[in-house]
This record gives sequence, structure tokens and C-alpha cells, in this order.
Amino acid sequence: MTLQHFMKEAISPWMREDGPDSDIVLSSRIRLARNFAQYTFPILANESDLQYISDFIRREYEHQSFQDYQDFAFIPIQDLTPVERRVLVEKHLISPHLAEKNHVSAVLISKNEQVSIMVNEEDHLRIQLYYPGFQLNKALQKVFDLDDWLEEKIDYAFDEERGYLTGCPTNVGTGMRASVMMHLPALSWTQRISRMIPAINHLGLVVRGIYGEGSQATGNVFQISNQITLGKSEEDIVEDLQSVVRELIEHERTARKHIMAQSPTRLEDRIYRSYGVLTFSRIIESKEAAKCLSDVRLGIDLGIIENVSRNILNELMVLTQPGFLQQYANKTLTPNERDVLRASLIRERMQLEN
Amino acid sequence: MECQECHKRPATLHFTQVINGEKEEVYVCEVCAKEKGYMSYPEEGYSLHHLLSGLFNSTFESPKNTSSQQTKELQCPKCDMTLSEFKRVGKFGCPSCYETFSDNLDPVFSRVHSGNTKHYGKIPARIGGNMRIKRQVDAYKEELQRLIKNEAFEEAATVRDKIKELEEQTRGDDT
Repeated sequence: MTLQHFMKEAISPWMREDGPDSDIVLSSRIRLARNFAQYTFPILANESDLQYISDFIRREYEHQSFQDYQDFAFIPIQDLTPVERRVLVEKHLISPHLAEKNHVSAVLISKNEQVSIMVNEEDHLRIQLYYPGFQLNKALQKVFDLDDWLEEKIDYAFDEERGYLTGCPTNVGTGMRASVMMHLPALSWTQRISRMIPAINHLGLVVRGIYGEGSQATGNVFQISNQITLGKSEEDIVEDLQSVVRELIEHERTARKHIMAQSPTRLEDRIYRSYGVLTFSRIIESKEAAKCLSDVRLGIDLGIIENVSRNILNELMVLTQPGFLQQYANKTLTPNERDVLRASLIRERMQLEN
Repeated sequence: MECQECHKRPATLHFTQVINGEKEEVYVCEVCAKEKGYMSYPEEGYSLHHLLSGLFNSTFESPKNTSSQQTKELQCPKCDMTLSEFKRVGKFGCPSCYETFSDNLDPVFSRVHSGNTKHYGKIPARIGGNMRIKRQVDAYKEELQRLIKNEAFEEAATVRDKIKELEEQTRGDDT
């Protein structure tokens, strides 16, 4: 397989488009947790109930289309190898939790990979919708439409007082988690982000690393999402999140300008060193790769590096994950072998730019 | 033995990898094991789960509940989840659990959701038709109280008519 072809497979079509504020906000996501009223939640359900839910989704929605989300593919998780599961996690199409499942579970993915619906995760359905850049309102409106479309055929577990009923008390009410992925290199370097996180938490929002709960912020990419799902409308939750994101965008832009004005040579040095490492190194660990990619992406955003496309950060952050590397190699790799393949993939990708 | 990846921390984990029939012994520390992918995924949600069950325990063990603990334990008729089981795992078994444990949930929700216990968001389009109208009526009633308090009687009359109209609409739906 050529690198170009492999990348085409690896990068979700929606990721290739630029959205508003995409110099800082990489993507916006809304996730809704929904359950069938008459069935036990997956945590306690027996195999036949899980099978019923899975079969129902396959029968009603496989190859169906709704608005921009065409030709849903139905993928049973049990049919996938560990590497294939991992690749879906790295593309954010399924959660690590679903990848580990050994009972009947599945995922329904639209052709443009903008929508993925996990079946029998912690809830019967986890509906996820992505937009490039900062477009939470649009994502919310679209996911509501999609939710109504699904509800035409499914009796949701809903209670007038408690809202949408979910397996975990942390999701009850709206069942909604809205999040944005932000690239905040200047706020990270100046260590201002660590001082801002407690204040953000205070507003009922959570800051995490790129792969969700418990993960570290690699490559200065942070995920910001709402914690509270009960007692506030979806629109209000999104509005609160948006105002914090807007604030962060402003702070990041100011911090970038500040660094540019204060120590331009140091900044250029850092960016070009990372550019050099990516272009020439023969062995690179994922952490170093993420750091260098973040630097180069900043260099592109600031106009210091001109001949490299902006998408390189999003692309290579995904492509150089262990699952993708092993899929590309088509075999299991030791960590050392991965570091070698990672370096060669990045080198090749950098050459495609020239 | 030191960790063979970082050469700093002691190796606390021992893995045997078999790749294409070739055996490889690996001695690493926990940090490197996670980073280098020897362990497929870190325990997702571990911290949240433990946080939750701790939270339940402190909530349920308040003195208010000790008297009722003598009586028969609450159990969900649909999925057999008991209150103590729910406390332990921090998850509901099925939608009916919400009703079964209803009296015990407010303090839990209140802590998890910053004092909120009631849903104010989306209502399902198909099954929630009447609920949507009811929600609107409740909102109008609140407004009515406010208007009366402020002695804005003319506006209050308009709002009262709107309530009447909506209430008639739901009555019509029931028959």
C-alpha cells in the first residue's frame, strides 16, 4: 500500500475540511447517550438482549442515509482484530471502552465518518457527531436532527423529571457531552494553561488529553468538555462551553503574539529544530513526534513555515499511533520497531509536501 | 532491576512477547509499559468510577438513612439490581432502577450535577409530544405568577389564555 493511499484511509473525510478558527480548534464533537426503554442497560443485559439491540440497529439502519450522513456501515466489534479495534479508537470512531468489549457490540459509521453510533457501549446507543473547527452550535443542531430520526423507530428511555436515562448517573438528563479539541502550544509553553485549568473546572467543564478520560495532553492538544448533564438545557451547556473556548482562543492568540514579539529567534529556532527532527530522524518516540508536530503546526499557523499543509498535525497525530503503524506494517511491532517505522512514515509524509 | 526503556525507574512489570514465533522478554516500569503500549489500554474510567462509588457511600451512609436500612432492601423489579449493589458499582441496571431508587437519587444527582436534580433539556420528538406542551404550560405558569406579583394584570390575562389553550390541546390528545 502506498503512503498516500494509506493516509486516505486513515484520515476521516470531514477532517480534511477547514472549519472556523481551525488554527486553534481542531474539531468539535457532540455525543448523546440514549437507551431503549424496555431493555436492561448493557452492563447487566444478557447476551440475547444485547443481540436484539444489535440486530435491531443493523436491520433498521445499515446502509441507510440521513442528510449528509450517507450509507451507514454496520461493524460488529467482535469481527475485528485487536489492531483494527485500536485503529478505530485512534480515529476517535469508537471509545477504548467499546474496543475492549467481548460481548455483542457494534458501531454504525457514516461514509464521511462524521457520525459514529456505538451500540452496547455503556449505554445502548452513543451517538457521536464531529465537525471540523469550532462549530458546536451546528453540531448540536445536526445531532438533534439525527436523534429525532433515530427516535422514529426507537422508544427511548426517558423520564419527565430525570430526562434521558443512562447507565451512569454522570450522564443522566441530556445524556450529552459536548467537546472541542484545541491546539494550545503558546498557553502550554508559558504554562498558563495549568493555571487556567482549575478555573475552567470551576465552571463545570473538564480539560483532558486527546484520547479522553485519563489520557495526557500530547502535542499540546487539549479536549474541553462539559461535566454536568442534568438541570441545564443542551443549548445552555453548549453556550457555556463556547464562551470558555472563545476565551481560550483569545488567550492563545495573545500568547502567540507575545512570544513572537518577545523572542522571535528562540521561537523560530524551536520550530525549525522540530521541522528538522521530523524531516530527518530515523527513530522517533510518539511523545517526541507529537511535540515536534505541535511545533511545526504552530510554525505553519504563524507563517514561519510555508510549504507544509496545515492538516499535517491532525493527520500525523493519528497516523503515528501504535494501531495505525501496525496496520500499515500489517504485523505486530515491538515498541522499538514502531519508533523506526514512525520516523520513516513522517519523513515520507514531509517529502510529499515538497 | 531497572526498567529497560527509561533506565531510571525500577522494572515492576515483566512481559513475554511472542512475535512470529520469537520470544522476547521485557522488563519495564508501569509508566513505560503504558507509554510503549505493552499494556493495551490504561484502565479507562477507573478514577471516575471510584470517585462515584465513594460518593454514593458517603451519601447513603448519612444518619438519615440508617433507620430505613433495617427494613427490606430496595430491589429493582425489572433487573434485580439492589440498592446496595447500585451503591457498590455506581451504575444503574436498567431504566426502571431510576423509579425504584427514586427517593435516594436526589442527593447523588445533586452532587454529580452541581445541585441539579431535574432535567431541563430536550424532550423526545415522538414519545414526548404531551410532555413538551406540559413543559411550556409550566413555564407560562411561572411567568403568570411573576406578572401577577408585579401587578401586570393585562399581560397576565394573555398568558392565562395561552395556558388555557395549551391545556385544552393536551386534553384533546388524551381522548
